[in-house]
Amino acid sequence: MDNLMILAQAPVINVQLLLDGFFIGAIFALAAYGLALVWGVMNVKNLCQGDFVIMGGYIAYVMSEMGIHPILGLPVAIVVMFGFGWFIYRIIIRRVVGRDMFTSLLATFGLAIVLQQLLNLVFGPEVQTAESGFEIRSILGGMVTVADIKFIAFVLTVVIAGIVVTFMKYSRMGQAIRATAQDARAAKVMGIDTERVYAFTYALNASICAASGVLISMIWVIQPFFGLAYSIRSFVIVTAAGLGNLPGVIAAALGLGFAEQFGGFILGAEFQQAIVVGMLVLVLIVRQVQQSRKRQAVV
Amino acid sequence: MSKWLRNIPALAVAMAGAGIFAAAPAGAKVEGDTIILGSAISFTGKYSTNGIHASNGYDLGVKRVNEMGGVKVGGKMYKLKIKYYDDESTPARGAQLAERLIRQDGIKFMLGPYSSGLTKAVAPVTAKYKIPMVEAEGASRSLFTQGNRYIFAVLSTSEQYLASSIALAAEIAIKNGRKPTDLKLAMAFENDPFSLDVRAGVMDDASKYGIKIVIDDKLPRDLADMSATLTKVKALKPDILVISGHSKGAATAARQIKEMKIDVPMIAITHCEAAKVIKKFGKATEGFLCPTQWAETLSYFGAYFGKAADFDKLFKKTYKGYKNVPYQSAQAAAAILVYKEAFERADSFDTEKVRDALSATDMKTFYGSIRFAKEGNNIAKPMVLRQIQGGILKVVAPSKWASAPVVHPRKVPGM
Repeated sequence: MDNLMILAQAPVINVQLLLDGFFIGAIFALAAYGLALVWGVMNVKNLCQGDFVIMGGYIAYVMSEMGIHPILGLPVAIVVMFGFGWFIYRIIIRRVVGRDMFTSLLATFGLAIVLQQLLNLVFGPEVQTAESGFEIRSILGGMVTVADIKFIAFVLTVVIAGIVVTFMKYSRMGQAIRATAQDARAAKVMGIDTERVYAFTYALNASICAASGVLISMIWVIQPFFGLAYSIRSFVIVTAAGLGNLPGVIAAALGLGFAEQFGGFILGAEFQQAIVVGMLVLVLIVRQVQQSRKRQAVV
Repeated sequence: MSKWLRNIPALAVAMAGAGIFAAAPAGAKVEGDTIILGSAISFTGKYSTNGIHASNGYDLGVKRVNEMGGVKVGGKMYKLKIKYYDDESTPARGAQLAERLIRQDGIKFMLGPYSSGLTKAVAPVTAKYKIPMVEAEGASRSLFTQGNRYIFAVLSTSEQYLASSIALAAEIAIKNGRKPTDLKLAMAFENDPFSLDVRAGVMDDASKYGIKIVIDDKLPRDLADMSATLTKVKALKPDILVISGHSKGAATAARQIKEMKIDVPMIAITHCEAAKVIKKFGKATEGFLCPTQWAETLSYFGAYFGKAADFDKLFKKTYKGYKNVPYQSAQAAAAILVYKEAFERADSFDTEKVRDALSATDMKTFYGSIRFAKEGNNIAKPMVLRQIQGGILKVVAPSKWASAPVVHPRKVPGM
């Protein structure tokens, strides 16, 4: 309660929390949108989502260690992880598409463990960061600080999201992806190579995740085993927003960002993650109630 | 014929079983003129870096003792050797391998694994078989409250890690004409056994001096963002900020303290060296207080390795690629020295006699003095507090070992 009093007495603190929540939420939205794609199009619940994020982070880290500015890791990570996503699709995911839920959960969970251990073998278990070297600004009499990198990350997030949305709407492949999401069999009958669509979707997801990972490595810290936190957040956001609902994903991601920041401030950092999971439970309950009202036949 | 064939797998199992039993007595504690110590330690997994640091320390300790003639027991000279297994950084595997070392390989003298968590998993196994274990990498207080007679730790326990910083803050407050009771303390600790021990130590000292705790946050294990906590720090302006969360906590804290321009007169963080905060975050880390078990600049001296600085030199010469010698390696080497002297004082390989000799240890080494409490923790060596001054870690407390006065309040260039 004391902490609530602080917020009331020093309203400027709210600005800091809101800003931080906003920037965090924007980056969560990226990874979550990738998950929504894969989930919606292929019905694969990708548990290694967070590990793709961390892999992107390590690409930026490696580049910064080589003396290249980590922000240039963005295009590199997008291209490399696209190829990696395609590869993973060909050897693993292809075999689980269309199977029951647990097959895809188990396969991607296993994949997550393998990726974590591989990263650990290559980079070791230390926490790493990539330094952007950008300015840190103080506003409102020094009570609020904004790192330029957070702002840049936000702009880049918006740009990437914009490109993805335009792509999905207007390009042939984007249309094919949406058609496959609606009805894979019909799409196949119409001559769409659904196998290719799936591979592309999964690869695109890996790219998007990697992009958010690059930004994360410059804002927070990365470590081979940190992926899980991002996987969980992606799931919470997508579950709350629903599949194929980009505005919903953005709103949910920002909401989660705010909830984490204010929750951490008022209740203490130990509740920050409890809030994430608590929100998931809440969303599931609300969804359940909505569903039962509709009395839909379960397919 | 077919009946025979069907029995082959069973026969194979039986033979393999017999093989294991036959092997057990052969691989006993002492083979010829070699004493075999056993350790399951992390060569892979999340503790691999520190696991390897520790095993390098063990190996150097063994090498040194052997070079100096070995261990004299019953008028005969014995060499030391270590049998390692990789515990993959998982406690369950550690316990399993300890069991294997003792039952299958016949090891009678154990060395500890890396981290409090792994030590906690292994200690009950060694206690069950009444096998003494000298450990160098498990600092958690809870290891020494279980009534385990067979565990001996050369390092200082975790509740001492940051406690000295509170005493230092109180001391400075008094010198500046302020009352310690006016001081405000902010704490952020990871929610794991080690950090909670550190927290307990800080809490004890805070209540001793009547310092008011204004923030008490517990950081989740995989939280890479502590901006909410630091925003609170900004709002409440504490006099002391203490943080403990292994290397990842140190890295996250240093990064965000820099980014949020946190201006607290005293900041103490564990594991700043392991997290390489100076290299990564530069000037923003100026003035951080970092506790350490050991530093090469300390004037400790003992037989075998000489001065702390000599150990530092020898270690760097033996293992390429070390710019700084981690304290994890130093304390591991010290554990070997403890065993060496205990064997000689016991003048026997009887595990009970060696245990009693270990318990009576009172020695000075390059790593500091070693004397065990009844519970098995080392009570003769203090934790040292170093401060980042001009990009270098300098010992500032306790004053007996200090090489530079503490800079208070911390001055950050360009802030």
